[in-house]
Amino acid sequence: MGVGPHACKKMNRWFAPLVVLVGVMFFAAPFLIANAPLQTTMGLIQKIFYFHVPSWMAMYSAIAVSGAASVVYLAKGTRSADAYAAAGAEIAVLFGLMGLVTGPLWGRKAWGVWWVWDARLTSALLLELIFVAYLLVRKYGGPGSEKLAAATALFGTATAPFVYKSVDIWRTVHPKTSVVPELPNTAPGMAGPFAFSALAFLLLFLLLLAVRVRLANRQARLDDLYLAEES
Amino acid sequence: MMASLLAFVFSQPPDPFVPVKDLPPGTEQLPAAPLLIGAYAFVWIAVMAYLWTIWRRLDKVDADLRALEQRSAARSSGR
Repeated sequence: MGVGPHACKKMNRWFAPLVVLVGVMFFAAPFLIANAPLQTTMGLIQKIFYFHVPSWMAMYSAIAVSGAASVVYLAKGTRSADAYAAAGAEIAVLFGLMGLVTGPLWGRKAWGVWWVWDARLTSALLLELIFVAYLLVRKYGGPGSEKLAAATALFGTATAPFVYKSVDIWRTVHPKTSVVPELPNTAPGMAGPFAFSALAFLLLFLLLLAVRVRLANRQARLDDLYLAEES
Repeated sequence: MMASLLAFVFSQPPDPFVPVKDLPPGTEQLPAAPLLIGAYAFVWIAVMAYLWTIWRRLDKVDADLRALEQRSAARSSGR
């Protein structure tokens, strides 16, 4: 079952203000980031931090949505759950790609290399590939592939915490997870711009989710009409 | 000869590490700004490209919906 007209009307009410808010935040973010203090050892290149980390935060949020919706879809088979699962997976791939591109640009300057096959970078790449696999299963899997895709999303969701904690478990060149929680104490001047940037990315994630779910619901309605016509 | 052989054996290989502050000016010149701007530009391009694909897919679904509704309306009026 898709989202009803009442829910669509409700979505339309907050959709336009959200678009404006996200646009303003993404326009303002570079100014805040430019005015944030320079990190002493890395200098200017460290400012990639302000959108590299938020892109992973948005990816983990998308994975959480896809995973939770996949559980609901496998348990109840509701079409709206499937719509959220597909939307979450697609957006997870988008934000994962941002992280995988911005990270090496930072690493090239900070580490001297574009890529290192260490635990964090390799597991993050594999997580991205799991959700690419989800999209491929849905696209080419034929009828009934939604359930197989939902199982793939659950596998990806179970993998995500290991990717997050990999820097604490294994020895890697990547900074540890404690960097962000300790930011208000270690670098108070960076905490504000980082929080702003993280919020902008999370709102962008919500915006993209709303648009992508709308597309999924319209596709579902089209499928219903085709089936009704055939019968 | 023995002395020169011993000197060769016990000599330290030259240390390849040079601290950044000791580099002659102009050698460590991988500029950060293009990498930083490139990263931010990629974020924008990725979001815009994704939104464009969603818009295209929405347009196609809407066109199919309209065609289907017209077809069913024509069929019901022909009855």
